[in-house]
Amino acid sequence: MSYDQRIDGRSSFEELRPIEAKAGVIKRADGSAYFKIGKTVAYAAVYGPRNLYPKFMQDPRKGILRCYYNMMPFSGQGDRVRPGANRRAKEISMITEKALLPVINLEEFPNAVVDVFIELPQTDAGSRCAGITAAAMALADAGIVMKDLVSAVAIGRVDDRLVVDLDYNEEAYEEGRGTADIPVAILPNSGKISLLQMDGQITREELKECLRLAKDACKRIYEVQKSALKEKYIVSGE
Amino acid sequence: MSELIVKTKEVVVPGEILATGMDYLPGQGTYREGDNIHASMLGLVNVDGRAIRLIPLSGKYLPKSGDTIIGKVEDVTMSGWRVGLDCAYSAMLPLKDATSEYIMKGADLTRYYDIGEFVVAKISNVTSQKLVDLSMRGPGLRKLMGGRILEVNTHKVPRIIGKQGSMVSMIKQATDCKIIVGQNGLVWILGDPEGELLAVKTIKKIEDESHTSGLTDKIKEYLEKETGKKITFGENGGEER
Repeated sequence: MSYDQRIDGRSSFEELRPIEAKAGVIKRADGSAYFKIGKTVAYAAVYGPRNLYPKFMQDPRKGILRCYYNMMPFSGQGDRVRPGANRRAKEISMITEKALLPVINLEEFPNAVVDVFIELPQTDAGSRCAGITAAAMALADAGIVMKDLVSAVAIGRVDDRLVVDLDYNEEAYEEGRGTADIPVAILPNSGKISLLQMDGQITREELKECLRLAKDACKRIYEVQKSALKEKYIVSGE
Repeated sequence: MSELIVKTKEVVVPGEILATGMDYLPGQGTYREGDNIHASMLGLVNVDGRAIRLIPLSGKYLPKSGDTIIGKVEDVTMSGWRVGLDCAYSAMLPLKDATSEYIMKGADLTRYYDIGEFVVAKISNVTSQKLVDLSMRGPGLRKLMGGRILEVNTHKVPRIIGKQGSMVSMIKQATDCKIIVGQNGLVWILGDPEGELLAVKTIKKIEDESHTSGLTDKIKEYLEKETGKKITFGENGGEER
């Protein structure tokens, strides 16, 4: 049996899960955002630019961006996720940082640091993408000078189909050719790619098509990010 | 063909295209890429002739030369005081700019400003590495005794002060408080307890409603209702921005 119907009942293979986004959800932070896609929920809080210690970490040429990705203990598929940074969380923290770095102007605050904390109370695949998307909104909310936002989504191949925004069941699909999972982060205005990872196998043509789908999907995510940010400032304005 | 895509007073997000073509010029908070002008931060659009500028709505204070700030003395050193500005960078207040008094060599510097005390000072210099120098020589620059400190968004400070200080004088008059607003978003208030509370509430209100037009009149009405006094100042106080 080939994969011709999405497991969670979405009508097309290019459809995203339902999205909710909100800016400024954490009052004590300098900037914050909430991003929910399907059953994956991400909160991002930004602090800074602020003083950086220990002092040897300071860079007199530019500021530093630090990202922390954390899945909460109860966020998984039933099993308790052990709290604290594990190897996976460290890797995702690093790639989040690298996905966000190209848009941020760090030269404005030498010797200082911007901290981005991403917490995931509930996950159902696509958590690094949700985290990056939320973090980009939180950074904008914090008034950091940035060239662009960053929108991220996972594209994949499930059996022979190219699929946008996989959920956990699709990611775990094992029949036929199995699954390939490609998280992509895109700067929506320039179309540049700041994150591209892959888990699985894919042909060259399929990858090209995946990137086209990603660009399209990220545009839709970008619109949500944009309206969530504007909503915060316009509502408080009127 | 040049075209303005956004309107004045519109909220834009980073990366958004503000205008196309070479007829418009990128100002503060914007950048040009190819033919287009993009926003480089979240802010309010302000089109002034050909120049497009963004007014930031959020973010931490960045020290600027000439600003009058309120800072907290963090450390006492050989050559002066280290003053925290409630932002990423702390400032140095050198001995020679600290008072008009002559300070003897080897004098106990904590007698002038002790750790934990607040001062009003002017930023005299900021280097590219964000090393900040303060000066306390000038009218109104002094140590703050008593009262309370309030933190506000640094980008709303112009609204709290109002045009030619209309807003803050109005609050001063209504609450009988002494108020000093630092550019870094720290506000010092001294008065009797009820007055201080009302001043805090009013400033919070201004911060929350800072984008609305006719704010001076609204705040005047609010203060008159709260105090039962008639406020004479700020009759023709204009709006900032």
